[in-house]
Amino acid sequence: MSIAYKSEVRVDAFDKVTGRTKYYEDLIPADALYVRIKHAEIAHGFVKKIDTDAAEKIPGVVKVLTCFDVPDIPFPTAGHPWSMDPSHQDVADRYLLNQHVHYWGDDIAVVIAEDEVSASQGVRALKVEYEELPFVLDVLKAMEPGAPQLHEKYPNNILKHTSMTKGDYKKAIEEPGLIKVEGWYDTPTVQHCHIENHGCFAYEENGRMTVVSSTQIPHIIRRVVGQALGRSWGNIRIIKPYIGGGFGNKQDALYEPLCAWCCTQVGGRCVRVICSREETFVSNRVRHAMRIHLVTWLTPDGSIAARKVECFSNQGAYASHGHSICAKAMGSFAQHYPCAHMECDAYTVFTNRPTAGAMRGYGMPQASFADESNIEDCAEAVGMDPMEFRNKNIMPQGFVDGFSKNENFYDTYRECMAKGAAYVDYEKKRAEYANDTGPIRRGIGLATFWYNTGVYPISLETSSNRMLLNLDGTVTMQCGETEIGQGADTAYAQMTAEAIGLASYRDVNVVSCQDTDITPTGLGAYASRQTYMAGFSISQTAALLKEKILKHAQALTRQAPLNLDIVDGYVVRKDDNRRLMSLSELAMTVQYDPVNSDHITAESTYTIRNNAYSFGCTFAEVEVNIPMCKVTVTRMVNVHDCGRLINPALAEAQVHGGMSMAIGFGASEQLLFDERNGKPLNNNLLDYKLSTFMDHPRLEALFIENPEPTSPFGTKALGEPPACSGAPAIRNAIKQATGVAIDHIPINPQVLYAELVKAGVIHDEWQEV
Amino acid sequence: MYDMKALYEARSVGEAVALRLEHPQAKILAGGSDVLVQLREGRLAGMEFISIYGIDALRGVTIDEDENIRIGSLTSFSHITRDPIIQKYCNVLGEAVDQVGSPQIRNIGTIGGNTCNGVTSADSASTLHAWEAIIELTGKDGIRRLPIKDFYIKAGTVDIKPENGEIQTAILIPKESYENTYGHYIKYGMRNAMEIATLGCSVNVRLSEDKSIIERCRIAYGVAGPVPMRCPTSEALATGQRPSAELYEAFAKSVISDINPRNSWRSSKAFRQHIAVEMAGKCLEEAVRRAGGEA
Repeated sequence: MSIAYKSEVRVDAFDKVTGRTKYYEDLIPADALYVRIKHAEIAHGFVKKIDTDAAEKIPGVVKVLTCFDVPDIPFPTAGHPWSMDPSHQDVADRYLLNQHVHYWGDDIAVVIAEDEVSASQGVRALKVEYEELPFVLDVLKAMEPGAPQLHEKYPNNILKHTSMTKGDYKKAIEEPGLIKVEGWYDTPTVQHCHIENHGCFAYEENGRMTVVSSTQIPHIIRRVVGQALGRSWGNIRIIKPYIGGGFGNKQDALYEPLCAWCCTQVGGRCVRVICSREETFVSNRVRHAMRIHLVTWLTPDGSIAARKVECFSNQGAYASHGHSICAKAMGSFAQHYPCAHMECDAYTVFTNRPTAGAMRGYGMPQASFADESNIEDCAEAVGMDPMEFRNKNIMPQGFVDGFSKNENFYDTYRECMAKGAAYVDYEKKRAEYANDTGPIRRGIGLATFWYNTGVYPISLETSSNRMLLNLDGTVTMQCGETEIGQGADTAYAQMTAEAIGLASYRDVNVVSCQDTDITPTGLGAYASRQTYMAGFSISQTAALLKEKILKHAQALTRQAPLNLDIVDGYVVRKDDNRRLMSLSELAMTVQYDPVNSDHITAESTYTIRNNAYSFGCTFAEVEVNIPMCKVTVTRMVNVHDCGRLINPALAEAQVHGGMSMAIGFGASEQLLFDERNGKPLNNNLLDYKLSTFMDHPRLEALFIENPEPTSPFGTKALGEPPACSGAPAIRNAIKQATGVAIDHIPINPQVLYAELVKAGVIHDEWQEV
Repeated sequence: MYDMKALYEARSVGEAVALRLEHPQAKILAGGSDVLVQLREGRLAGMEFISIYGIDALRGVTIDEDENIRIGSLTSFSHITRDPIIQKYCNVLGEAVDQVGSPQIRNIGTIGGNTCNGVTSADSASTLHAWEAIIELTGKDGIRRLPIKDFYIKAGTVDIKPENGEIQTAILIPKESYENTYGHYIKYGMRNAMEIATLGCSVNVRLSEDKSIIERCRIAYGVAGPVPMRCPTSEALATGQRPSAELYEAFAKSVISDINPRNSWRSSKAFRQHIAVEMAGKCLEEAVRRAGGEA
């Protein structure tokens, strides 16, 4: 019987629910010093002087360090695999502390103290003199001539501009009779809001630096800390315990380099950096706000003749993941709805906002909002039902992307839409809701999304794995793909047990904690890569372990290896299925063999040179209370084809989480800035409107399990896809309910009011005065 | 770890008054759901605090000898919501404070703290204004009582005299105010929980014996101005009238002349005006329905 492809209880469920799981804060040595960071209180300029006298006199303050004390080593922070090709390496534009302030909240000094209160008092006692410069928050304004310049090497603040063309767009649009549907689609700066804020602690031991961090990417962090401190990478050890979520924020070096450096400045004593929620919002990473311009040319029969795509991505203060997110967003358009003639441009642009980095969906929630809003309006322009229009134009079965070699092996989009439509009774509801005219109007909206699995061929995809047969017949497994709350360890346990032939996934001990001194090198949790990529190294390493076990079994049972297998934790003879010995018996016998003792292990690395499409859609139903300007999402259903489900219950939970994020993205979340000085206005969980349970309908996840042919387990991406299509589905539902197409999110009550007034749906006579 | 210079704990009202006279700069700490947040932000760092949270005499809801509803200032929001006296005579207050923050905040937060903050968005404030509550303060010279509208001086400032050792000890709702009176509160927020009011509207009515005439109508808003406010024009318009859909609409539109919301990054003035009108009509309709009347 199969162990994978079943809803099993998470391996970490009981400890997490009972609060016994250890996170980084539970592991901090009692005598660790506190590091508090002084954040800049201007949006752009230079620190001229920091007076530290008063801070240094506060009892408990051990050391004050400023941007004038740090080594002159710019370093990159993105959680990308290192590239041996210098032109492909991440931009190194950060210092541990910065004299050139690029945003309100930039790190300019630290106070190290014996306790939290002294450290905070020390920070408040610092007197900073600035030379202020003009600042810019908007992506298009930042590109204008004469705009304030953030980084010397990047004229017009453009970090990178890439283009993609197909056919002859200019000629194609001259065809008579084409219908043009054009829009500008804006998405906001939002933050990940994982439960556990980032933090870390660092200490030196025997001349080596150890950093214990709440991170998704321990092996990459080792490299960045080494680079930032100018130390050899082997001198650095990163430990990643359980973490309370990351969603991409922790796919970046955050405060690990600064923490490690502070440690070196106090003689190697342990120091801790604990981000507050307010700091997490501003001084970690955010999602790129994007402004996307689409021009779609339609033939009267509803085919897409030509399309122009312009993506402007607000990078904020520093390069972080750089252009890769905007490039991914742009790249999706030509695949999602293929058409013969396209002109696409992607710009990633520095502004004086907080730095944007990776966030669940990596550009696709933004691209999907633009694409699926525009497609919805295209359907209307040619008088077609939105689903019918999509069915006509969306990527067909057999489509192959020239760059990634990704192939759409099944007719995934149409299957997902058909399954979802039948489940929610889409056509009937669409017809019924079209008749609503009162103060409360209902609508149903559909949106699809494009996604893939991992970063091949843009970056390296590698996974390493180590397995050890324990004396009780269980297997200890280690890999560099991290558990960050998504349930990866449980999926690995199931896959490992399945691949070796153990009785239960409980017979696999997945070492959850990654320690770069011990764990096989891996890349970490990002790009929805975990299950797919680890699947290769798990199956390869399990095969090696199995081969070793059966070789020992041959010696012990006298049977030919070809006639042996491992089933339910026993070595069996295939011909008659007889159990010859248990794995425990075998391990004990081999370990304690007085002549040829062996502990049975296997270790291997697999370089993955495949990628896999992972598509799906969202159906959202809303009730719009027109006079009260309130949208209630009454139902939301996601349909995904992510290949075979290793653990259906965990897959469903993954989808629910992504849908929740999509609701916030579409309806309420937005980090706001004061136009007068660039200061963030709502960097706390009261004023930043993360959606709550009370704002959610019952979330439902459906799956189509077309086995992915390139994966040993038939599986592919599901981490990020659920966050991608919810916002445009809500937008499209609101459009059906109100007749108003809103092209900027979040569609909160205030935005809805303004749009309903503009459309003449609401008329307040007293406003005319 | 909190950055406090000192924390004094009062075990009785007398002790609290004495401590306040001794430490006039000290901040009063009740449930702490606002003060400790401000302390963490550094705004009150290094200050002295007098905790009155342990004074059980300031907890609970009773009917006093003058038949006032007496709410001890330390009574928590969740207590008020579940209190039988409140449920019987002033249910709307229980419903209003049940919309504060989260369950945890409602367990620790007190109605005294909510009013002493002097903020316009407090969920209890508009209903207490609409019910013409009396604030009771106790100081070195004994008890001082004043109408809630006089208690609120300006945004963030209320009429408490630390130099007289005053603390707020109770909130009273007179019998004349609650008798045969029914109300409704709507909190408008950008999300449905864990929210600060974009606007709060509380309306209550007393109907004639045959339920055909609105004998008294009172309406108050939070966040329609720097402090919670009544709408005298609207109240006058509805008083003495028969409930009707037309009346609700006229009543709703009339609030525009009385309220004064502002533009802020949280919400535009135009949007606040729009929902103020919508909320007024809905609140009046529901209050009439609760009073047994119909349009």
